[in-house]
Amino acid sequence: MTAAARAPAPAAGREEPRERTRPRRLALVASKGTLDGAYPPLILAATAASLGWEVGIFFTFYGLDIVHRRRHRKLKVAPVGNPAMPVPVPNLLGALPGMTAAATTMMKGWMKRARLPDVAQFLEMARESGTKLFACSTTMGVMGVKESDLLPGVDIAGATAFLDFAAGADVSLFV
Amino acid sequence: MIDFTWDAELDCKGLLCPLPVYRTSQAIARLGAGQVLRVECTDPGSLADFPAFARQRGLALLAAQDQGDRQVFYLRKEAA
Repeated sequence: MTAAARAPAPAAGREEPRERTRPRRLALVASKGTLDGAYPPLILAATAASLGWEVGIFFTFYGLDIVHRRRHRKLKVAPVGNPAMPVPVPNLLGALPGMTAAATTMMKGWMKRARLPDVAQFLEMARESGTKLFACSTTMGVMGVKESDLLPGVDIAGATAFLDFAAGADVSLFV
Repeated sequence: MIDFTWDAELDCKGLLCPLPVYRTSQAIARLGAGQVLRVECTDPGSLADFPAFARQRGLALLAAQDQGDRQVFYLRKEAA
C-alpha cells in the first residue's frame, strides 16, 4: 500500500524532549456523582492512558458513586438547576417526578448514538490501562460506604496518599 | 510530496474522542518498530489530537490529511 501526501505542518504545541526519565502523570479529583459529572474525568483518564501517561483518580464526596459497585450504573442527570438542558426545562417542572429519569435516559441515548462507552466500560478501560482508582476514605466513613461496596480494583486512600501521588503529577485537575 | 507505504490500517470513522486515540494507542502497541499505521477518522478534533498524540507517544506523524469529511493520519512507530 502506498500514499502520496504532504508532510503535516509542525504541531502547534511545544516539542517533547526525546528522552524523558519518567512518563507524564495525570492526577484527577472526581467529586461529582452525576452521569454528566462522571464522563469528563473518565474521558480524560482514558485519553491520558492512551498517551502513555500514568493516571490516578481520587473519587471523593458524591464522586465516590462512580466507583460504587451498584451506584455506578445508576448515575443520573438532574434537570433541576441545569439551564443547559437541550430542551430547557423550568426548574419547577424539572422537579416533577420522572423528570430526572427522563433527562438521564436522554443523555444515555446520546452517548449510545455517539458510540461512546458507558461509565462501566470507561471504568473497565481505566483498569485495563493501569489507572489508579482511589476511593476517598473520609467519604466512605461519612456516607457509610464499605470496602465491599466498591468496584474491584479500587484502592481506599486518604487525601494524603492521593496528594503524594499528585505531587509527582504534570497535570492535576479537580472535576 | 512524499511517498510511503503502511503496514496496518485502523478505521476510527464515526468515533469521538477519546476513542480514536484510545484505539490507535492499542493498534500502535501491536506494531513493530519502523512500521506505519494508517488511521481514518471523522472527528474533526482529530486534526488537533493526532499531532499531540504523536508528540506525546514519540511517534512520527508522517502525514495528516484533511479530506473534508474525513481525516487520515500516517503514524510510524519509532525504535524504543
